[in-house]
Order: sequence, then C-alpha cells, then structure tokens
Amino acid sequence: MDQELSVAQDPAPVDAVLVGFGWTGAIMAEALTAAGLNVVALERGGWRDTPADFATTFDQDELRYFWRHRLFQNVAHETLTFRNKPDQVALPMRRLGSFLPGSGVGGGGVHWNGQVWRFLPSDFIARSHNLSRYGQAALGPEMTIQDYGVTYAELEPYYDRFEYLCGVSGRAGNLGGVVQAGGNPFEGPRSREYPNPPMEMTYGPTLFADAAARVGLHPFPHPSANMSRAYTNPLGLQLGPCTYCGFCEKFGCGNYSKASPQTTILPVLLARPNFTLRTGCEVLKVELTADGKHATGVSYRDETGAARFQAAGVVVLAAFILENVRLMLLSGIGKPYDPRTGDGVIGRNYAYQVTSSVNVFYDDKLINPFIGAGSLGMIVDDFNGDNFDHAGKGFIGGGYIGVVNTGARPIESHPTPDKTPAWGSAWKRAVAANYLKTVSIATHGAVMSHRNNYLDLDPTYRDTLGRPMLRMTFDFTDNEHRMSDFLTERAGDVARAMGGREVRLNKRTGDYDIVPYQTTHNTGGAIMGNDPKTSALNRFLQSWDVPNVFAPGANAFPQNAGYNPAGTVAALTYWCAEAITTSFMKSPGPLVQT
Amino acid sequence: MGRPLATLIVIAGMSVLGGAAVTAPPAPDPGGGGLAIPRATAQNPTADLPSWGAPTNAEPVAAADAASSDPVARGRYLVDAGDCMACHTNPGGAPFAGARPISTPFGVIFSSNITPDLKTGIGSWSADQFYKALHHGVRRDGARLYPAFPYPHFTHMPRADVEAMRAYLATVPPIEQATPPNRLPFPLNIRFVMRIWNALYFRSDTFQPDPARSPEWNRGAYLVQGPGHCGACHTPTNLLGAETSNRPFEGGKLDDWVALKLTNDQRDGLANWSQAEIVDYLRTGRNAHTTASGSMGEVVYASTSRMSDRDLRAIATYLKVLPGAGPTAATTTPDVATLRAGEAIYVDTCTACHRADGEGSPRLFPPLKGDAALQSKDPTTVVRIILAGARSVPTPGKPTPIAMPSFAWKLDDQEIASVATYVRESWGNAAPAVSATQVARLRGKYGGPKD
Repeated sequence: MDQELSVAQDPAPVDAVLVGFGWTGAIMAEALTAAGLNVVALERGGWRDTPADFATTFDQDELRYFWRHRLFQNVAHETLTFRNKPDQVALPMRRLGSFLPGSGVGGGGVHWNGQVWRFLPSDFIARSHNLSRYGQAALGPEMTIQDYGVTYAELEPYYDRFEYLCGVSGRAGNLGGVVQAGGNPFEGPRSREYPNPPMEMTYGPTLFADAAARVGLHPFPHPSANMSRAYTNPLGLQLGPCTYCGFCEKFGCGNYSKASPQTTILPVLLARPNFTLRTGCEVLKVELTADGKHATGVSYRDETGAARFQAAGVVVLAAFILENVRLMLLSGIGKPYDPRTGDGVIGRNYAYQVTSSVNVFYDDKLINPFIGAGSLGMIVDDFNGDNFDHAGKGFIGGGYIGVVNTGARPIESHPTPDKTPAWGSAWKRAVAANYLKTVSIATHGAVMSHRNNYLDLDPTYRDTLGRPMLRMTFDFTDNEHRMSDFLTERAGDVARAMGGREVRLNKRTGDYDIVPYQTTHNTGGAIMGNDPKTSALNRFLQSWDVPNVFAPGANAFPQNAGYNPAGTVAALTYWCAEAITTSFMKSPGPLVQT
Repeated sequence: MGRPLATLIVIAGMSVLGGAAVTAPPAPDPGGGGLAIPRATAQNPTADLPSWGAPTNAEPVAAADAASSDPVARGRYLVDAGDCMACHTNPGGAPFAGARPISTPFGVIFSSNITPDLKTGIGSWSADQFYKALHHGVRRDGARLYPAFPYPHFTHMPRADVEAMRAYLATVPPIEQATPPNRLPFPLNIRFVMRIWNALYFRSDTFQPDPARSPEWNRGAYLVQGPGHCGACHTPTNLLGAETSNRPFEGGKLDDWVALKLTNDQRDGLANWSQAEIVDYLRTGRNAHTTASGSMGEVVYASTSRMSDRDLRAIATYLKVLPGAGPTAATTTPDVATLRAGEAIYVDTCTACHRADGEGSPRLFPPLKGDAALQSKDPTTVVRIILAGARSVPTPGKPTPIAMPSFAWKLDDQEIASVATYVRESWGNAAPAVSATQVARLRGKYGGPKD
C-alpha cells in the first residue's frame, strides 16, 4: 500500500468490491446486490450514458468513434508489449489495432456488436472430448487445451438469463433436445426460445443463406442483441427496435436498440442503496494478508489521483482479460506461468481467434451493405467446434461462417476485386464500382491454447504509474492455419454458389500481426479448471490460491472457441455470482477442496 | 437547475401582466428537458435516479398507506399525493428543507422549510397553525401566503388529512435552513395585497362528496381538487393568476410547458385516453399515447407513481366524466413548401425513434400521431423539446430514463419551425403552423445557436 494512504479517508468496507464495470461488473453487481450484499464497483474510465455520450444526433461518426478511438482504452496511459515468440524482444503496442479493449462505464459492452452465442457442449470438455474421439496424436505435445470444469448443462440457465436480459433476437435450433427448423441444429439444448424473433434479413445474408442451403449446409439467423422489436427485460428496462443504421461495433447505440449495461442493467442497479459506483478509479493492486492467502481489499487511485484503499470481503476481478491477468500478476495471486517448465498458472493458455473472409462481387445485384446492424446476418455452424469429423484434417476446432452486415461504414469498408491496385484512380474506380455490389463472408475461428502462447509481466516497459506492462507472447500455430484455411475454403464453396461475377478468398496467412483489426476476443491467462496445477481458478471462477478473489471473464476460457465470447462470459459471471451468494457468503473459503 | 418544477404551482398565466419571466437559461443539456431531477455526472453517476429505493414492477409499498389507520403512514402517502417534496426540496438539498427558488412571472419565491426544525422549519407550529396555512393560506405570524403554495386546493382537505400530513412531516429529519427572502417587486412584495386577492378569488371550503356520484368518483374528485392540486396548472388563469372557475381543467401554460387540457376534448384533450390508460400514465409516466416529461414528468416521478392503483383509478374515473369538445375538423391550412421541408427534416432526424408513420414505439418512443400536447394551439412544448431534448422519468414500472437529444445545435429556427409544423399537420394531426420567430424566442432559453 502507498505510504500516503490515510486510513481516515478510505471508504467503508463492503461485502464485495468489483474491479471494472463493463458487462461482467454490471452483471455481477446486479446479482450480488439483489442478494442483499453491499457492493462497490471501481471503474478506471468515466461515466457514460446514452443521451450524453452517444446520442443519435452525433453517434454515427466513424471518424470520432472508430478511427479516433473515442470509447476505447487509451494506450498512451496503458498498453501492453507484444511479441510472437518467446525468444523475441517484446515492444509496446503504441496504437490499438488487432483488438479494442473498452474503457469507461459499460466497458466493451458499449461498443460491441451484440453477437450473443453459446459455446457448444463439447467446447467445455475440449480436452477430454478430442482425446477420446481423435487420440493424443491429434493434439500434439505442445497443445495445452483443457476442460472447463463446468458443463454446458450447468451453464444453460445462466445463458438463458443473459439472453433474456439482453432481449436477444434469434431462432432456437434445439429446444430441450429437439432440433428446430430454421435454427442452429448443432447448438446445445435450450430450455426455451429466444426472447425476440430474428431480425429482418437484408439481401446479402439472404443470398448467402440460399447458397449455403444449396450446398447442403444449415443456415440460420445470427443471434443478436440488436432488437428486432421493442423489448422490456426482466428488470423492467426497455430497448427500442433497431433501425439498422450500421453503427454498432466500435459505437454506442443512441436508439436504445443494442443491449449494453446502460440499457439493460444500470438504471435499476444504480438506484439500489446497496450499490456504489466510483468512476475514474484505477485499481493498482489486490492487497493480501501477510500469508498471501486472503485478500483484504484493493488499493486504487481515485479520480483526483489520491491513493485509496477499499476493504472488502470479496474481490471480483471484472476487468478485461488482459487487466485481470495483469492484476493477478501484480498482486501475487497464484504462481506465474513459465513456458520453459510448463509450471505456474497465471498467464497460462492465452488464446485468441483467427478470422478470414471471402468476397463475392456482383454486377447485377445491389446489396446496399450500409443497411446493417452488429449482429444482422445469416450463419452456418456446420464447421464449428466438433460439428464435423476432423479425422485426417490435421487440426481440431473450427468456427462459424456467415455474412454479417455490420454496416459497411465508408472509411473502413471498401472491398475491391483481386489485383486491384491499393491506391490511385484505379483503386477509386474499383471502390466506386463495387461498394454497393459486394457481399463479404466472414469466418470466425477458434484458437487452441499452446505452450508458448502466454501472458507475463514485461521486464522492461512500465505504465504511467510505474507498474510493469503486461507482455503478450502469441502466434497462430499450424493448427490454426490449417483450420482457418479449411474454413476459408468452405466459405469459398458457398461463395461460388452465390452467383457472383468474381470470388476473392482472403486467407489469414503468416504470423499473427497485432496491427490490423481482427477481433477483441482475447481469452485465457487466468483459466478455470479442475486442477490447481494447470488452472488459476476453480470451476466457480474462484482463485485456488486466494479464495476470496473471483475472476469471471474470458480470462477463464482454457482455450478459445469459434464463437463470440460475451454470452459465455455472462453465463460464467452469473454462475460465479450464484456461487458467491449461495455458498461462499455462508461459508467463506475454497468452494472446491484440493 | 434553471427551471424548477415548482413554477407550475405559481400563478400560471400571469405572464400577460408581468412581462418577462425571470427563469434563467439552463445549462446546455444534451438529454434533459430541464427536469429538476438531477442529471447524472461523472462525479455523481446515479443522480439521474430515484434515491429512495429500487424500482420494482410491484405497486409501491406505500400505496397500502392510503387508508392506513396510522396517521404517519397515511400522512406520508398524502404528502406524496400532494407532491410536497418537489417544491419543498432544493435539487441536491435535504428533503423538505425548502429554499427552492420558484420562478414566477413576477419574481422568485423561495419555498419554505417544512422539516420539524424548531427554528427554521415548522417544528414549533401548532396543529392549528399548520391547518390554517393549508386551509386558509395564512402563515403562523398571520401573514398571507402566496398561492405559489396551492392553498386554494389544499383548503379542500379535511382536517384529519391535514393532521396526518403534519404527523408525517414531524418524523422527517429536522434541517436548519432559513428560507431566503423572496425577490418580488413592489407591491407584490407586500403580503397584504394577498388579502385583496383572497377576497376576490379564494374561499376556504372543505371538500363535500356528491351523494349522486359513486364513491370512486368522489375519491377522484377529492384527490384532483384537493391534495393533487391539478388545477393549479391545468386550469386556465385570469389576469391576476387565479384559476378561472368557469373553465376548469381546460389547460394552462406554465414556465414554457403547455399543461394539457384534462377535459375530454378529441384533439388536444383526453378524449382518446381510456381510464386504464390514464392510470398507466400516472403510474409509469407512459401509456399508449404519450410519455410524461417536463413538469408533468416530475409530478409522475415524485407523486403519482407512488400512489395506489385504487386512487389512480379514482382520479381517472373523475377525469373521464369531465366534459369535452367533440371531434374537430382540421381548420388549419399549412403551407405546402413548409410541410415538404419539414418532412425532409423529419425523415432524416426523427424517424429512427418516432417512425415514418408517426406511430413511434409506445411507452418507449412516444407516438406523435394523435398526441394532445403536440396539437395544442400553443406550440411551446414541441418547440422546447426539439430545442432542449427531453427525458422520460424513471418510475418503478418503467425504470428506463429514455432521453431525446437536443437538436438546437443541429437545426436552425426555420428548420425547427418546419419540422414542428410538419408533425403538427401529419397523420391526421392538426394545429397552427409554427414560425421561426416563435422558435427564436425559445432558443434563447432552451438551446444555444446552431453550430
């Protein structure tokens, strides 16, 4: 703790302190306060709400929000260092690129697309499932995938809870084990239908779905937290019908049409007397007792820059995965991972996702791709997870393929046919000729965890507060390249059936590059599991080492799946909250005995 | 806040006599309609929201107190029904400690401290003195109160109800806070003149039930005429600010909000609202037709959303029996070029929420088609909302404080006049055209210049 710290100025102890106030923090706070706990959330960024920060009168501003990063983490204040391989020297990421962590109230939940997926039942038992089906050889010696320790069936009620909180628009593919026409036939059983019907489909996704069905695949509407109609959620909060303006990802929603902490939780949560939110408060460290086995609270800088200590019975790390892992490393919670020996758990199994695309260019079809929404699209899941036989393919895992019309915003989106120059008048002509007449198919692939992909503290670079930066060591492995190439070819199969003039495959080649935007689906580093030697958290997202610290979030994924993570992050957070309120508060201590 | 709620209780309509109102321009506020409910800030992110309990969909706990035998519980309910909190609490200040500036066309009146503080509050008032204030409009020292304090309505309350209010107010935390002197010009600053006003317009008169009507109607009549003091805003006033007794509930105007006709007029009254829709509106701040904002939003927030369903039904029963003008044909002749310009602006800037057909998304984004406030002869409310934005109040039934942003920086006076004219003349709506001059007059108060 800081020497200047004055106990007299510190806030009163609470039952639980939450570090970070995005989706995870808001869900956790709602669940804990509903159970009567006294909760404080500390958010490093500022307060944000719809009318003041992303009103319809100025929200659709690509330059302000995407290119100038209005809603994202400020890398001048805090960033990480990066390298592909353990034998390289990592350098600071000085501009956001490959991923876009949020900052401020609502976190990434403000600027997400609203893509709400459930992982497959087999994703939760990735290690045992693949071993039993394909044998040890399919995994190889360096792949470190694991089982979650929690099953799809256990999480189903919590997935359901989040989907109804958000008013997800979609069509069930499996109700109680019975496959439903028009939905995703590969998904795990659902207890009930989505709260809202699918969004109205536009032309591009429709062309894709028709062609996919013709080549024998099973298209269905993307599950979407952009509203297909007005909705009132179980907390009584209201969402408006989506206008298909095409400004979801990287933007807040001025129309109350996208589920976010602001639209689905905060007005009710903030009115509860047992909840306090403090913005502009950067948590520096989780403070532990001398034996390192119990957290006493967190030390933080408040918005005036003064050092403060918040005492709490429970500490919930609810920041983005990179910050959750860094805080555990900085606080000495759990043993840091060492890739040479394979020992240690904090930083282990960092993973990401691998994306690619295929363009279909038409002469005779006006696609009007500017009519969009973050999750407006048609998908096939035939090549995700273990939905197909991987025997002889040289990889495990998979991903979904689909056309999601997120809006084709003009500065960002200008697909051109193969062999078009990258600039100049020929490029301009190609953009003008193709902008309205192109459909882009995306593939969204899993990344398996690997011994040499991990997070630790950088030995050289420090942030503005003098703390070591997080160091990311990550590259795609052969498994990912083979898998992504396979997905891209399958997307190509559909593309060629779509009747365009020309098809262009954009494969993901070479080393992982942190510069171009790919996805903000970073995972792992403080994973959950059944064995304290190979996981930082038990199946209730509780630290094995400091039992009153919980770390729900994508950091808990032992490897990444071929889906957007928010649905699973939310389900794990509800699951964790339930463990805290029903078990931990009654009998504080480890919820799983070792 | 530059424009407190309590203005509505002031002698509305006296502006014809009094010249310019003294309301200060509010700070730029992208989402607010000037509500007295404090806006959220980085320092105080929860300020938007009620601080007295979590919203639920259930009837307010206190609703059962309406008929409680415990005078404190019943008094608390009546204090809510009378919306005492709104005027007697300065935004950000202690409840009931007063000192809230109330802008009037004549000057500023400060509300008094009604906490039980012995020195600055009403802790040393006797039961008789308290009753005299409510029933006769006479202060403890004998001075006449200004009807900013709606004693012409509270006079209808039986003594038992007044004493219940007093019993409850005796239980709130005493706060020592002197009431600042009013800022009224001569001769209004001489309280003696109120004797003349009272002689002309005021009769102390306890409510008498009408035996020919149902008990529900009588309860509604009592709540509307007595503690609810609805006529203070919704009845037109004469030149001296007194409610005109021959035109009850035919609508008024206060501090740049139009107070709707509560009569059952087809176009700009409540003819199209069912009893259930009136209850819905008073309970949640929204119904199939409209959303409460501005001063009425505050009334819903602090008063009617806390009342029992039974009482809200009674109010609706009473209001539905009021007379009203039948269907009126559109008599306006809008200028085609203005309508075309207005439509273009509407399509660009309004349809995302209010939809091209003006149907909106009821209870969320209010429909414009058929809206009574929109069609009132005086366009102040619609122009003001376009300029400054509006925010629906969070209520237990509908906790989302949905906001409409300000368009002042985006649209010039003529553009706002055109789009306001368009929405007043479309989908069967009819109301006189709005001029750029009318917009300009309000822009000074409710919005900065166009960027």
